[in-house]
Amino acid sequence: MSDEGGTIKKFMYVNRKAPYGTIYALESLEVVLIGAAFDQDVSLAFVDDGVYQLVKGQNTKGVGMKNFSPTYNALGDYDVNKIYVEKESLDARGLTVDDLLPLKYEDEDDDWAEKDSICVISSAELAKLFDQQDVVFSF
Amino acid sequence: MALLHTVNKSPFEKNALESCIRLALKGSSILLMEDGVYGAVKGTAKSSLVAGAKGKIAVYVLGPDLDARGVSKDKLIDGVKVVDYGGFVDLVAQHSATQAWL
Repeated sequence: MSDEGGTIKKFMYVNRKAPYGTIYALESLEVVLIGAAFDQDVSLAFVDDGVYQLVKGQNTKGVGMKNFSPTYNALGDYDVNKIYVEKESLDARGLTVDDLLPLKYEDEDDDWAEKDSICVISSAELAKLFDQQDVVFSF
Repeated sequence: MALLHTVNKSPFEKNALESCIRLALKGSSILLMEDGVYGAVKGTAKSSLVAGAKGKIAVYVLGPDLDARGVSKDKLIDGVKVVDYGGFVDLVAQHSATQAWL
């Protein structure tokens, strides 16, 4: 515990709520962006109705709420580039990766090549990822 | 005069839509709003709820809530009608009372 300040932990943010109907999705995004300042090993998981947060083409003009979906594009600039989406949740909602925001990041270990941040994985793979985390934040 | 039922919860997270359809009389109407609009989408694990109500209940969905969530109108189950806020008011006025399935 003596080198606590220099220890990098694996943080995972688990998002399971649709955007706009409740405040969870927006609050999660705020916490991720704030937490990005602490240089931890961060990943995001989108499960159940959480996958709706990443659907592209959101237009909130009619409901008079802030459209926060463009903010997900900024995650790559904060070194948050491991975004896991559960395939089973997409399938149940008739969605594919093509319905989601094309989130990208620049890989500093590969001559800043632009790469996809979103990785669609199975429930079984996601379960293993959960098991590897030091801290899990649930939204 | 029949009832207007409103459902504002996702059918994947709550059973509000399922209970509403089970307990709604023939000739009544349902308006899907807020996260309830996901129940109006075809090709999902929950599409059979609204599709099965066809002919018994008129199903409406609030357009601004579809737009906010990036749900395009060509993804809606056949027969579901899109209304705006003015249409919402008209529906309330046309029915005897409103029952909200929270």
